[in-house]
Parts: sequence; C-alpha cells; structure tokens
Amino acid sequence: MLNYIIRRTLYAIPILIGVNLITFLLFFVVNTPDDMARMHLGMKRVTPEAVQQWKEERGYDKAMVFNSEAQGVERFTDTIFIKKSIELFTFDFGRSDAGRDISYDISQRMWPSLAIAIPIFVIGILTNLTFALIVAFFRATYIDVWGVIICVVLMSVSGLFYIIGGQYLIGKVLHLVPISGYDVGANAIKFTILPVLIGIIGGIGAGTRWYRTIFLEEISKDYVRTARAKGLSEATVLYKHVLRNGMIPILTGAVVVLPLLFMGSLITESFFGIPGLGSYTIDAINSQDFAIVRAMVFLGSALYIVGLILTDISYTIADPRIRLQ
Amino acid sequence: MSARSSMHPVFMNIAVSMLAAFITGLLISGVKPVLLWTDALIYLLVIAISAFIIYASKKEHFLVPWRQVVQHKLGMVSLVFLLVYVFIGLIDSVHFRMPVSSQNTTEQVTETIYDGDVLSILDVVLTKIRTQDEKTYSAPFATHLFSKETIEHDDGSLTREYPRLKYAGSHLQDPENDLAGDIRSKSISGGIDGIIFWLVLSLIVILFVAHDRKENFFLTLKSFFVGSASRGGVPWALILFTVGFLCVLVGAMTELAPAYHVFGTDKVGQDVFYQTLKSIRTGLVIGTLTTLIMLPFAVLLGIMAGFLQGWVDDVIQYLYTTLSSIPGVLLIAAAVLMMQVYVANNPDLFETDSERADIRLFFLCVILGVTSWTGLCRMLRGEAMKLREVDYVQASQALGVSTFTIIWRHIQPNVMHIVLIAVVLDFSGLVLAEAVLSYVGVGVDPSMHSWGNLINGARLEMAREPLVWWSLLAAFIFMFVLVLSANLFSDAVRDAFDPRIRKQ
Amino acid sequence: MSDVLLEVKNLKTWFDTQAGKTTVVDDISFSIRKGETFALLGESGCGKSMTALSLMQLLPSQASHNISGEVIIDGQDLLTLPEAAMRNVRGNRIAMIFQEPMTSLNPVLTAGYQIEEVLQRHKDLKGAAAKARVVELLEAVGIPDPKQRMNEYPHQLSGGMKQRIMIAIALAGEPDLLIADEPTTALDVTIQAQVLDLLKDLQKKTGMAVLMITHDLAVVSEMVDHVAVMYAGQIVEVADRDRFFSNPQHPYSQKLFEALPTMSKRDEALATIPGTVPSLDQTFTQCRFASRCQYAWDDCRDQVPSLKMHEQEHSVRCLLYEEGAPKRKLHSEIPVLQKRTLQNDSNEILLNVENLKIHFPIHKGLLKRVAGYVYAVDDVSISVNKGRTLALVGESGCGKTTLGKGILQLIKPTSGNVKFRETELTTLNRKALRARRKDFQIIFQDPFSSMNPRMMVGDIIEEGMIAQNIGDNAADREKIVSDLLAQVGLSPEHRNRYPHEFSGGQRQRICVARALAVNPQLIVCDEPTSALDVSVQAQILNLLKELQHEFGLTYLFITHNISVVAYLADEVAVMYLGRIVEKGLVEDVLENPQHPYTQALLSAVPVIDKATKQEVLKLEGDPPSPINPPQGCYFHPRCSQVMEKCKTQYPETTRISDTHTINCFLQTQT
Repeated sequence: MLNYIIRRTLYAIPILIGVNLITFLLFFVVNTPDDMARMHLGMKRVTPEAVQQWKEERGYDKAMVFNSEAQGVERFTDTIFIKKSIELFTFDFGRSDAGRDISYDISQRMWPSLAIAIPIFVIGILTNLTFALIVAFFRATYIDVWGVIICVVLMSVSGLFYIIGGQYLIGKVLHLVPISGYDVGANAIKFTILPVLIGIIGGIGAGTRWYRTIFLEEISKDYVRTARAKGLSEATVLYKHVLRNGMIPILTGAVVVLPLLFMGSLITESFFGIPGLGSYTIDAINSQDFAIVRAMVFLGSALYIVGLILTDISYTIADPRIRLQ
Repeated sequence: MSARSSMHPVFMNIAVSMLAAFITGLLISGVKPVLLWTDALIYLLVIAISAFIIYASKKEHFLVPWRQVVQHKLGMVSLVFLLVYVFIGLIDSVHFRMPVSSQNTTEQVTETIYDGDVLSILDVVLTKIRTQDEKTYSAPFATHLFSKETIEHDDGSLTREYPRLKYAGSHLQDPENDLAGDIRSKSISGGIDGIIFWLVLSLIVILFVAHDRKENFFLTLKSFFVGSASRGGVPWALILFTVGFLCVLVGAMTELAPAYHVFGTDKVGQDVFYQTLKSIRTGLVIGTLTTLIMLPFAVLLGIMAGFLQGWVDDVIQYLYTTLSSIPGVLLIAAAVLMMQVYVANNPDLFETDSERADIRLFFLCVILGVTSWTGLCRMLRGEAMKLREVDYVQASQALGVSTFTIIWRHIQPNVMHIVLIAVVLDFSGLVLAEAVLSYVGVGVDPSMHSWGNLINGARLEMAREPLVWWSLLAAFIFMFVLVLSANLFSDAVRDAFDPRIRKQ
Repeated sequence: MSDVLLEVKNLKTWFDTQAGKTTVVDDISFSIRKGETFALLGESGCGKSMTALSLMQLLPSQASHNISGEVIIDGQDLLTLPEAAMRNVRGNRIAMIFQEPMTSLNPVLTAGYQIEEVLQRHKDLKGAAAKARVVELLEAVGIPDPKQRMNEYPHQLSGGMKQRIMIAIALAGEPDLLIADEPTTALDVTIQAQVLDLLKDLQKKTGMAVLMITHDLAVVSEMVDHVAVMYAGQIVEVADRDRFFSNPQHPYSQKLFEALPTMSKRDEALATIPGTVPSLDQTFTQCRFASRCQYAWDDCRDQVPSLKMHEQEHSVRCLLYEEGAPKRKLHSEIPVLQKRTLQNDSNEILLNVENLKIHFPIHKGLLKRVAGYVYAVDDVSISVNKGRTLALVGESGCGKTTLGKGILQLIKPTSGNVKFRETELTTLNRKALRARRKDFQIIFQDPFSSMNPRMMVGDIIEEGMIAQNIGDNAADREKIVSDLLAQVGLSPEHRNRYPHEFSGGQRQRICVARALAVNPQLIVCDEPTSALDVSVQAQILNLLKELQHEFGLTYLFITHNISVVAYLADEVAVMYLGRIVEKGLVEDVLENPQHPYTQALLSAVPVIDKATKQEVLKLEGDPPSPINPPQGCYFHPRCSQVMEKCKTQYPETTRISDTHTINCFLQTQT
C-alpha cells in the first residue's frame, strides 16, 4: 500500500511539470513581464525604470528560458522558468504582485474555506443519498417520475440564484441570520449556516439524480434478484445490497474533490464575504494579481492529484475486488 | 418514413430563402455586412448540423432512436422552446453596420462612412425598445422613474418627485388610472394577433402532416387529439398547444414592449427586456461553439488513444490528465486574464468595441473547450478500447481491412451516440457556467449583453431598499426556461440513444 | 395425491407493452411431488425461466406484468399471498439458484455473510450459531476450508465455487423445493459434473424437490424423474423420464433428439426445424408448432390442441394423438450426406503450427516493467491437412481461442512458427499479411457481437471483398453477395437489412457468408454454435459440412462441446492450460482416450443413454491459473494417477499409434 502511494506520487511529478509548463506559457510567454508591469503600473506614463524596478522586485528581470549572459548550467537555471518552477515545486509561493506573503495568506484563509466546504460536502452527500434512495425505492411510480422532474428543475436554476434568493429570503425578509460576513471561533457558526444551507440545496438536484441513476443500474443486476430470492424485504435489499455497491462510484467520485475543499468556493465565499481561499482567488482575479492566480492554479492541480491518489485508495477500501499492487 | 423526412427540406428551403431575401434587402439598403468571429462559427455550426442531419437521415441506427425522441412529450415541448431561442439567436447573428446619413451624398462619394455600432437583424427588429433609453432605473410597466428627483417646474419652484418616463407610457394621459386598462387592452389585442397567427400556422402544419400521411384533413386533426398519446406517435396536439402558448405570449409582447419597459430599465435606463433578448445569443454561443471547438479534438484523440494504444495512448492520456488536473475555473481565469492583458496591449487589432467583445467571447469558448474536452475524450478512449476487442472489429482485421477504414466504418459509428449525448448534456452546463464566469469577472466582456453580466449588475444593487429585482427576474426566467428545456430535451435524447437505458 | 408438493394450475404470465399483450407463459399446469426432480425443458425464449420467476414472483419490476392461475404449496395459493407473506416463502420454502454464478452473488459482501443473511431472515440464527451453521452449509456443498472461505469475497472464488455458494444460500433456508435455473450452463463440463453430482447428493440427504430448468437433454436424462417440454410459452409434453426418453411423442420433442449431433450421425445431415418460434404477442388459433411441423395437416392450422394424457404418465399437446388423426409414419426423413470423397482426404498439409507460444506480459508499476506472463498458449504444435477438420477441445481458459487468433495473426505470437502452405505467417510484414488474409478466415462464437450493428448485411459481406480486391466493380460484388446469401440459406433481399433483424442462427449464417466472400481455404470456427439452441446448432453444423464438401474447406474447430466434435471433426487436439495434452483421429481420442485429463473430460459429459454412461472420473478442484502454471505436468495437481516424476518435469510427446499422440508419463513408461 505505502509502496503504491509512493509510486503514484512519483507519477504525479510529470503531470505537475506539465501543469507548470502550461502556467508558465500562460503567465510569462503570452504576455511578457513588461506587459504585466505596464498593466500594473498604469498604461500611461510608465518610465522604463519603473518597469525595471517592478520586475526586479518580483524576480521577473531574468531571461525567460535561456540566459545568454550566465555561464554553464546557470544559462538554464538562472532563468524565470527554472527559478519560478522550483519555487512552485517547493510550495514557496513567494509574494503577491501587491507584496503580500502568499503562503501565509493561504494558511490563514484555508480555515474559513473549510468551515463552509466541509459541511456542504458531508451533509450534501448524505442528503442526496437519502433522497436518491427514496426515489429508487419508489422507482417506476409517480414519486419517481416527479422526483426526477423536480431534480431537473432544481438543476436548471443557476447557482447564483440560489445564493441571491437565499440571502434575500432568509437574511433580508426573515432576518434569521446575517447575510454575509465572518467571525472567528464559535461566532463563525451563525455566519456559516446560510452559505452551507444554500450550498446543500443548490446541489440536491444534480446529486440526487446522479445517485438515483447509479442505484437503478445496481438494482437491475443479478445479485439483487438473488437477494430477493432469499426473501429479503425491499428495504433490506436496497440498504444492505444496493447501497453497498452504489457507494463505490459515489464515494470514489466524492473523494476526488475532497482535497479541493481547501480551495473553497469562489462564488459562495465572495457572495457571503467569507475570507477564505475562494474569495482570495476571486479578489486576485479582479485585481489581476498574477502571482496569486499562478500559485492557486498550481496548488489546485497538486490537490487534484492528491485527490486521484485518495480515490484509488478509497477504491480498495470500498471495493474488495480491487487490490493495489 | 421517407415521406416524413422529405418535410424537413421543405421547411428548410422556406427558412433559407426568407433569410436570403432579408439579407439581400439589407445589402440593397446600403449597409456594410460585418462578419464577427462567432458569426462565422455559428454559420459553420449550422452547416455542420445540416450536414449531420442529412447524413443521419440515411442511417437506420440514428433514425430509430430519433423517432423515439420525437415521441417524447416533454422532449418535444422543450424542443419548441429551444427552437424559439435558436431562432432569436440566429437572427442576432447576422451583423452589419449602418451607413451614416447616406442621403446627404449628392455627388459621387468614394467612401461611405459607417456607424460605429455593429447591429444585427434582431437589433433592427427591436429598434424601438433598443433606442428608448430612460434616465435610470424604472420598474416593469412603470410610467415613472424608480427614484425621486428634484424637478424644476415652469414657475421655477423645485419639488422632489418621481418624474415621468421619457418613453414608457408616454401615450397615457393619466397613468395612474389608465395604466392597468391600457396594459390589459394591449395584451388582449396582442394575444388575439398571436392566436390568429397560431391558427394559420396550425392549419399549415395539419395540411403538411395530412399530405405526408396521405389522408384526409379532418382525420389528421382527429388523430392529433385522439389516440396519438396512447399510440405513441408524435405528440402533435401538445406541440401545437405549446406553440399556441408562445404565439399568444409573443403577440402580447409585440404590443406591450414598444409602449412599456416590460422588465423595467437598468441603471443607465436601458430596457432590460432588450438586454435579456440579446443575452440569448451569448448563452447559445457559449453552449454550442464550445462544443464545436472541442469536439474534433475529443473525438479524434479519444478514438486514437483507445484504438491505437501504445505510445499514442500514453501521450494522449498524459495530455488530458494534465489538463484536467488544473481546476477549470482557475485555468479559465488565468487564460482570460492573460487575454485581457493581450487585448489591452494590442488595441489596434480590433476595429470596433463589438469586435473586441466578440473576440473575447470566442476566446472564452476556446478556453472552455480546452477545459471540457477531457471528459468526453476519456469516455471515447474507454469505448474505443472496448470496441477494438469486439468480434466484428476482429473480423474486419481478419479480412485485411485497413486500420483507418476500421476506425471510420466500425469505431466511429458505434461511439457517435456517446458524442451526441455528451454534446446535448454539456449544453445546459455551459450556459450556467457563463453566468458564473461573468460574475467572477472572467466571463464575457462587460460590454456584452449576457445573463451573467445582467445578474452581476443587479447584484451590486442588492443592498438597495427597495430592491431592484427586475433584472434578476428577467435573467432568471430566460435562463431557467432555456436550461430547463435543454435539460429535458437532453434527457429525451439520452433515453433514446443510450443503449444501457434503452434495454431497461 | 398427498405426496404432491407443488401444484401449478393454469399459470399465465403476460406483459403489457406498447405493442400489445405478450403472453410469455400461457396456461401452464404441472405438479411436483415431494423429493422428486422435475425438469422444464426447452430452447431459449420458450418461457421456462419466466415460469420459474412467476412461481417465485420475482419478475423484473419495471415491466408491467400480470400473473394469473394458481401456484399451490401445502394448500396455500402463493399468487394470492401479499408480498410480505410471499417473502416468508422465498428462500425458505422455495429457494432458487441462477444460471450466472459470476453475477448472481453480491461482489462486495463475503460469501459467509450472504449465506448468513438467509439464516437471520428465516431461521432466526444470529452470531456464533449462525456462523457455525454457515460452516456446516459450506461443508455440505463441498467447499474446502469453509472457515476461511466464508470470509472471502465472490471474486476470490472460481465459477464452480460460486455456484456452490449459491447452492449453500439456497440450502440455508432448508427449502422443500429448489428451483435451479440452468444451474450448470455457464460452467465447464468437469465442473458441471461436480455440481450436478452435488445436487443429486443433497437431494438424497435433504429430501427436497428440485425444479430443474434446462435446455440440455443429457442433463435432464441424468438428473430428473419427470420432464415437461416447453415450446412458445406452453407445455407440449409431460412424461416421466423413462417414457420420455424411450418414446418422445411430440414432433418438437422428437426433433430435439434428432438435432443432437453424435458420432453415429457423422455421415448424415442433422435434423433441423424450419422457421422460427412464433412471436408471443398474438392470439393463437392454431397449434403453435404447426408452421414448423412436418406432420401438420389442416386441422393443426385451425385448432388449438390441448394437453392430453394418451398413455399413463405421458401427456402430449398434439392432434396426432387425438382420435381420427391421419396415420403417419412418425419418423422424419433425414438426408444422407454423400460419403466423403477422396479428394477431401488429401495429404497436403495446409496449416502447420510449430512450438507456438503466446505469452501476455503483465505490466506493473510506474515504468510498466514486466512482472510476469500469462502463459495463454505454451509450446503448441499442430497441423491440419487440406479439406479436413481439426477440433481443438478444452475448457474455458485453456487458451484455445487465443491459439486460434494467434494462428490467424490477430494476436502476435511470442515465438514459434505458423506455416500456411509454404508461407511463414509470423514473419510477414503488415502489408503482405493483409493481402494474405483472404486465405484464412474466422467465425466467432457470439452471433450478436460479430457484426457491426450499424452496417447493412450487404456491406458487412462486401467489406472483405473490397479490402481484398475481389470482384471488378460494385455490380459484380453485389452479384457475389447475392450468391453467397443464397448459398448460406438466406435470400438476396436480406442484403439491405440490419443484423438486428435476424435471429441468432441467421446471423451466424451471415458470418459464414462474410468469411466465404474472400474465398478462404482455412476457416477458424471459434465455438460457432455454443451460443445457439440445439435445433439451430444443427442447421449451422449442416451448413459447415455442406460447404466443406463443396469447396474442400479446412476447418480449425474450437469447441468445448464433445458431441459436436464427434459429429464434425476428423482429428482432435485436447488442450489443457495452454498446452496440447492429447491429439489424434477423432476415433482415437474419443473412443480410446489415454491422457487422464481427456478421460476425465469425456466421462464428465452427460449422456442421454444411461446404458452407455461411464463412471464419472471426478476431477477435483479447478484448473490452475495460466499466470502461475504448476511445476512439471500442468495437470498433475488434479490427476488421479499422479507420479513423483509428474511434479517436476513436463512429459514429452509420446506416439501411441501413427495418428495418436499424448503428453503423459503413464504412456512413456510402458
């Protein structure tokens, strides 16, 4: 098992190199550091000196991939590509374009993100599972038909409207909880209720429908007939046999996104004013802070790859047929 | 069946010749046609879809499930709604620039000056509501502005009151008493127009079907209402009913929209109804062109990876694992940011604002395509891998058929249903994604009409008391109807084409 | 009769579909006595499984189905029971086992738990008591190490073991009646013998009755007391075993016997049943078999016959046995095939395979280094003369299909030579091989997956001709396609239809036509009839034989069905775990088998005639995995006559006669 995880982690390296290459192309080749500097310092009235200084502060003043001034190996290593890549791979994200320490910001901001994302994730899956099981139990009846239609209707509403509607109804009309904001410690709870609730409701449609499809596929399998031939009740068949098998794709599908929960949700956090990584990213996008966006892209990819490894591991736990070699 | 499929060319010919006549008319009137990037791709898409329909209409394996789709009640109702959207989107995709004051030129002029605004046929149709800008916010069907203003009267006195709107309801003498009555009468007269149009349309459809079935008019009419539901035919009655509903709605709107702001106005006084109608094209472009761009890559690479195996498979797998490991929103954000910098540094490449906004839309489609092809590619790879072990592929190999022919004759037709299902399923997700991306600030150009921008603009006023809700409502209704129709229609398509569902 | 356990009266099951009402089980009545074995016999689609599922009320819930009639057990009509009460019957009074042991067990629950579940549900056993009972049950069904096996998951068990687990689940409720739906169809013949043996044994011990659902006459003959033959949703004949096998009365039953291939029918064509089973969505006003029956006369076409007892313990649904029926000779005329002419027995070696090895590497780890091999085909040498048929016999997983594909170069051999006439195929480049492919073709097992569902039959047949440049132009090829269709017994108009419009047998004919289109000399037939019903199998075997006579074709016939071998083959090669263990003329191998494996295999085949039945030489356990073949002779762990030497060395090929060779130390010693 440990052996396998090590090997999978090694396999992640070429992928991360690929990701790094893509981000490098996007951030340094399509637009040169000069372009970025001018963009940041204002398009007009920029002196070459100011540009040069801006670049030096951020280490963007080197050659891109080949440094003709340096000697030996340094021709390749003393370049933006290698320097910045190495920094990313050591998870040293450096300073943002606005001068803040990105790593510190991340370590501070991931907790509010998790406070929102984890409840949505856990309660969301449980809710969807419950609804899906109910619909599957009543399959081929009107409950099923209408359940699916309601799911499709729920799916067809943009997530933005769930947030806007929820804020308006619960926050503004009923005055139950604050509309937005965040606090530390126990006080955080009253701020998280609304985003969590809305996050769950927003996911019910698609989630329930997907799980239902999985359950119905399992129900049509031969082993379910065997279970019925034993004289088991429909509820037992669903709970003991179908659920166990259906959980394999559900769990593994969920595990992939587990590490990404750190990253938070861009939309939810910015709407509710949660100081998490999602709103951090969106602020960076809006202020065109490339260093932060680049760091988040790399972090996201790394977490996704962790998710893939976790998925493989969760397979072995959920499905006795699969053993890691 | 051959008789039934002969109907499509007739309809298509009529539509094409009408469009051609319209464009000729425009050209004669001296406008300068503008071909935006997305327009060109939309035309390409229309051609591609037509070619596919012609190709598929000869293939039994497409016709059989398609007949099932056509019989799906919810699916067909959704299709009617979708077609209305598509129609609006299409007439909004023929762009041109109006000549500026061309009647002044008495002598030979070598150069005609054109207006900077790029217009579409839809803009021309909606000229009235497009140009009737108020000062600022006004509520739906309001005759007065939403906020009080200081007004100087003729006698020089100053009062704070809600001023009358410049255009909406300006024909009313006494808005407070006449408004409801006027709205009612306009709705009714418009609705009646709609019903008349609908009756004519229904007549034509019934005649067509009767001709097609080679039976009596009344027999056809009767079959629409009796039996068709239980017999499992095309739900004509339901389709016509839906069309009727839409006709009444459109009829009422044609009367109301020029006289009032049906969905109010926004901060700068522009009609929200006009904005939502313009947003349709943006939504459709994102939903369809993204697919058009990514499809060739996904299909080609997926089939190659699955069928050829070996190093080809390794390279393609590496490619899509890498791409899919970058969180989609972030990749899009990064790409769009870079695009913005690029456009800002090279302003001379784009002639008009519309073109700049359009290139951004096009680029958004490309980058969305890049992030979304991996899923389909992975699925096709798996399917191609299964198919290469299937007996009939082995039989072809045993017969000495070349690899390319095997891919073309055996693999491609047997994965096409997956492609079709994926395309239809992706559409609604992409329309929803546009709104979110525009909200995040990495969507379409802020100057472009889109539901995302509409919501974004309205959200900034969320704190306002009383709430400015109409932009949200308009965006909600139009998006919801489109996405719901697309979802229901894609369910119908999937039910018919997915062999796993079909066998149950 | 007090000893009647189950009485089924006028059972009728129908589905309401868009097309109308489809009656899959139509007015069936039969009774099963305590402790007896009763068989429902019939070909696919006759409604035998539907009958069983109707008894258990386990029909698929999506389709709207209706059941009427009575199913009485102990005076209680099961069809009137509410679902909750019915659950007390299922798994308790009536248990059921299914055809596919591979998919019938829940993959994520342990074998022990799946048995325990029944004990909890019906016997109120929990905890240690339940565990102890599970061990007992596993022992009863002959599973070694039950304490360890009960904690294993289904995928860790072989097919035969899984079916034993299924039987243990059924036994757990101590049922009065066990319904066995094709319990051995998916199993190999040696495993089938084990499982049938086990069933007989258990029945003796527990005294339960068994309702056996099967298509296999030989299994019926070995296992049952009473037989009911089903055709198109109805029972057409009921009798006790001896009466039925000595004197089958219904023309359909007779045809089933005549269609069976055997050694003695080698020089004649097999009997076939023309036409197809009528579709069940109609109301019948005639005998359902009339359109396919050689004895049918006018009355058969306007009367519905009823099931009547004409002799003691023997009922039949046929007007022939009614009074006033025309007297007819009740035996069909079977055309005698021409004796094989000398030209077919040429001495020219068409295909010569030497030391062929096909090893599939198992990749592991990051750099995909090879961690081991699947020794699918291991050092095989065979040769076939022109115009002859070599049968390759073996159980599933023995590598016979891989060998067939390896010979055709559809799988690249690891080493060894394949010589076709004078050409060495393994060294040909792609282009030369492609051009050469017209000489050797293949027919597959599954007629449903062997044709592209998106192509019309004409295009399917034409494809090879285009690739091989046969026929000058489209018109020319079209003519050839029409001729080919006629040759395989279809009509030229079928050219413009899609595969799904044809039945399994017809599809297999089209596959034959596709192979013939490029004028091959050798055809590899990979189990071409094992997915087909007996009567359809007979048609295909007849066709293959005819074509061989006409064109002097050479067949490499891959099969596990010994009776097909006996009927069709000239020579036989027996494969075990990637190697040929015995090889010779069909008479040599089938009548005088020398290798212990061949002997066991042949003795395990169920036979109809009890008099000729040999003692079954029981093979214990399952074949080992080809990833890890045992040291020495691959068969030694299961061999009853194993010697020390067998455990260390692989025996050389020994010649017993001019035509007969084996690989076994038993022969080298003498």
